[in-house]
Amino acid sequence: MCVSCFTQNFWNLLVLGLADGFLYALIAIGYTLVYGVLQLINFAHSEVFMSGGFAGYFILNAVIGTSSPGGVVSVGLVVLGIAGGAMAGGGVAFLLERVAYRPLRRRHAPRLAFLISAIGASFFLYNMAGKEFGRDAVEIPAPFTSGPVFSVFGAPVTTYYLVIAISAITMLIFLDRVVAGSKLGKGIRAVAQDAETASLMGVNIDRVISQTFVLGGLLGGAAGFLFGLNTGVVYTMGFTPALKAFTAAVLGGIGNIRGAMLGGLLLGVVENFGAGLFGTQWRDVVSFGILVLVLLVRPTGLLGERLGRSA
Amino acid sequence: MSTATIDVPHAARVEGDLITAIENLTLSFGGLTVLYDVSLNQRRGEILAVIGPNGAGKTSFFNCLTGVYKPQEGSIVFHSRSGRTSPIVGSKKHPLLVRALEPGGIVPGWWMGWRAVNTKPHRVNHLGIARTFQTTRLFNALTAFENVKVGVEARQHTGPIGAMLRLPRTRREEREGDARAIELLDFVGLRERGNELASSLPFGDRRRLEIARALGTQPELLLLDEPAAGTNPAEKLDLAQLIQRVSGTGVSVLLIEHDMGLVMSLAERIIVLNFGRVIAAGTPAQVQRDPAVVEAYLGASHKPVAGGEEGQ
Amino acid sequence: MTLSGAAASTLPGAQAPPQGPVTGQPRLSWLRRLMGSEDARRLLSCVLGLLVLAVMTGPEGSASAPLSGFTGSLFHLRALVFIGLGFVLWAVITLRRRFGERARQASDWVSSAPRRLVTNRQARYGIYLALLAFAVVYPMVLSQFWQNVLVDQIGIYVLLALGLNVVVGYAGLLDLGYIAFYALGAYSAAYWTGALAVHPPITLNPFWAIPLAILAAMLAGVVLGAPTLRLRGDYLAIVTLGFGEIIQIVATNLQGVTGGASGPASVIPHFSVHVLGVHYRWGLADLPYYYLLLGFVVIVLVVFHSLENSRVGRAWTAIREDEIAAESAGINVLKYKVLAFSIGASTSGFAGMLWASQVGYIDSTLFTVQLSILVLVLVIFGGMGSLPGAVVGAAVLQWFPWFLRVHPLFGFQQQDLFIYLGALLIVMMIFRPEGLLPSRRRKREIGLAEHGIGTADAMSEPGGEP
Repeated sequence: MCVSCFTQNFWNLLVLGLADGFLYALIAIGYTLVYGVLQLINFAHSEVFMSGGFAGYFILNAVIGTSSPGGVVSVGLVVLGIAGGAMAGGGVAFLLERVAYRPLRRRHAPRLAFLISAIGASFFLYNMAGKEFGRDAVEIPAPFTSGPVFSVFGAPVTTYYLVIAISAITMLIFLDRVVAGSKLGKGIRAVAQDAETASLMGVNIDRVISQTFVLGGLLGGAAGFLFGLNTGVVYTMGFTPALKAFTAAVLGGIGNIRGAMLGGLLLGVVENFGAGLFGTQWRDVVSFGILVLVLLVRPTGLLGERLGRSA
Repeated sequence: MSTATIDVPHAARVEGDLITAIENLTLSFGGLTVLYDVSLNQRRGEILAVIGPNGAGKTSFFNCLTGVYKPQEGSIVFHSRSGRTSPIVGSKKHPLLVRALEPGGIVPGWWMGWRAVNTKPHRVNHLGIARTFQTTRLFNALTAFENVKVGVEARQHTGPIGAMLRLPRTRREEREGDARAIELLDFVGLRERGNELASSLPFGDRRRLEIARALGTQPELLLLDEPAAGTNPAEKLDLAQLIQRVSGTGVSVLLIEHDMGLVMSLAERIIVLNFGRVIAAGTPAQVQRDPAVVEAYLGASHKPVAGGEEGQ
Repeated sequence: MTLSGAAASTLPGAQAPPQGPVTGQPRLSWLRRLMGSEDARRLLSCVLGLLVLAVMTGPEGSASAPLSGFTGSLFHLRALVFIGLGFVLWAVITLRRRFGERARQASDWVSSAPRRLVTNRQARYGIYLALLAFAVVYPMVLSQFWQNVLVDQIGIYVLLALGLNVVVGYAGLLDLGYIAFYALGAYSAAYWTGALAVHPPITLNPFWAIPLAILAAMLAGVVLGAPTLRLRGDYLAIVTLGFGEIIQIVATNLQGVTGGASGPASVIPHFSVHVLGVHYRWGLADLPYYYLLLGFVVIVLVVFHSLENSRVGRAWTAIREDEIAAESAGINVLKYKVLAFSIGASTSGFAGMLWASQVGYIDSTLFTVQLSILVLVLVIFGGMGSLPGAVVGAAVLQWFPWFLRVHPLFGFQQQDLFIYLGALLIVMMIFRPEGLLPSRRRKREIGLAEHGIGTADAMSEPGGEP
């Protein structure tokens, strides 16, 4: 343990943590939404994330090629990448619900069956991606040249962090509005509260569930692209961030959308503080420790469970 | 609404050889209070009935008694035949906190001094209280015989090692368990149907099977949650006889019922709940004449009752 | 009505009219009206499914040519073959549905044949003995290669599958970090035999390290399970998934203790027995290890069989079926869940210990999360809660890829294995959740759960706290 490494890098770690935290929040929303309507953990959400990364890579690779864009073009490219990632994520999530969830739902299969088929889907998807897109990590061509824009107490905030923060905040606000205001949002909350009654009241459950998957997939896919911008894209990229995003969802209270946002940011920061204290190789161990700790002490999370009541 | 309008009848708190003593039980979910200050006692060997219209809090009361719900206030104490006194529920405010320092009683809370007693459902069963459910909850993929055996085995001691190695004690317990399960199936009149799946039994038989399973755990007190719900008159008669026979074996019976006919014929004493309060108590004849009861029941049939029956 | 008759009537038959006590809606007329489009939709999903299979078995792509894999498998003659197979599949399914009742009766008749034919005990034991004799004699005629596969790939995994079967099959809990306990067993074997950089107080031979390895894995199981098993079932899945990953990270990072990704410097000694005047030392040859494994598998089978049909096994079934009812019938739900979890963990630890002493070398890269999923697939393929299922499932599924590798008929590549296993999991869950050789109890439960009775797993929210 190295306390001075931590105190010296406090602001650096905080900035880094918030950047990670925004990504975790985006992914965690997917878990929380699906959990809200189905009371199930979507184990294949990691692959939704991964597909976003690949879509962003292919699009930017085709558009940018070897040029080094700047200015307004950069903004356009980032938006394009996010849109591409989101579309891919949404598409994969949609297919996932159709293939791995809906047939089981039709048969009132036991919960265990859903978890198992989701795990199957996850393994199928990421290994398939490895087969079709190659098994080596590739780098997304940079849509902008990242450098420090300003600094917070000596901690540089780079363009990349700003891009993450701005796009994540935009998407989170958008999502919050959707769930609070739109017809879909009402449907989601109704199904989360009581699916049976909702269906009696004329809510098309199948459609709501499907759209919920897509909604979560859009954010997850976008997060995949943003993540891939920095670390590159590889078929196994989904596993660890998704596990952490799940931790974030539990930390904030699974099924609770604002909880997922809060949990994501908190986890990102705490994890990076932990990495500063114990060394970066123990990063994942820190967030796993947080998961177990939350489950032990407050399994309902910080803001409590249930989508319908508190979001 | 003031609570003092009804003087809680003395009949709800009887003296004598008690099996349970329930004092000042208050339970609420969020803002909704389902039980207000409920106090009642049951004598050993007695058939006691708790009645009331839908939503009166009967099932919630049962769930408190079996450790499923954790009431905010009040205490429930169980006196077993061996003379041991065990708290099932005791809130922070209650003096029971000071008294009940025994296993299964108070545990030190890790964040603040003492925590209230809340015995887990399986511990409640081990103390000697067995229950049935309003909507029968059997192990549907097991046979009737196996269902009863699960109950019987709750009192056995075979552990994983014994089970793996089939030690002599395991075999002996297995034989005893089989014999006891058959005996109980016989007792409830299901001996011939022992090898049928629980899910394939007709409704009335499912009720009786659930009672057999509960009896398998060798209870001193049997809680029956609306056993007559959904049964036809013939089955109801059978059921009444069965409950009489159960009582005859020395088991105290606490009955929640909606059906007045069954209760009047069976119960020695009746407690009436309405909107979570005890509104009357006494012998069937006394209760029948009580104006508060008449009003509660007639009123309930005239206007819709607020709130449904609490689930389990 | 006999037992098997009752079970048959409540099978998860696709759209069969609910019978017996199960009251259902009049679905049939609705079905008839939609029959035309329903058929068309089924045809579409059959063909699409087979096209996915075409891609799965097709050529690989790369990051620079992401579509080459798809075009290579879809715009190619082989796609026609798969489309044709799609039609065949559709025809088979349609026929099966048309004559569904009869087909199901026939398949039930076949699958219950052993049970009907072998009614008395002696005959049953006779068959067991014959199978055992076959298992003893057959490997002797195998080649070196297959003997090695039999030990490393099949024997160990049969043992692992039997252990996970207790967790997933008996108790209905999902453990996705099962290999972590295997790793713990392997590392404790390495530790107690003095192969790690950190030395134990007394160096033992692997035989005496068995109880310690089992104990270590069991303790880890209790420590991990006790807090998690109080909660809803899917938390266990994700916590164990994380744990599997963490164990690997810890093993990699604790260079000084475990040797990290390059493994400990010294070799873990081979298994040996020096008890009561018996001295035997296993060496490099595979066959002796095979017999050792066979012996342990038989012991585990007998022991788990007794467990299944005991107070403990019935308690697990009760918990799987209805936790609240089980609690009120006096079953300590948490205790039994932790018990199942730790029995599974210790079996896994035991297997890891055996394996470590056979190969003599371990490193942190060997214990991937993928392996946990592999064992899960073995259990589910064979049939959750079924001992013969676990054995046959593990043996068949572990043997098949090696068979394909030796006979490269379909261009199977080992790195694609998890594509197939993932797809297999989905397909099994959709079409045959009870597995290849289902346990009778499990089969009934799944059938009942699909009619809305019971839960068939221990995944529901425990207790009804206000």
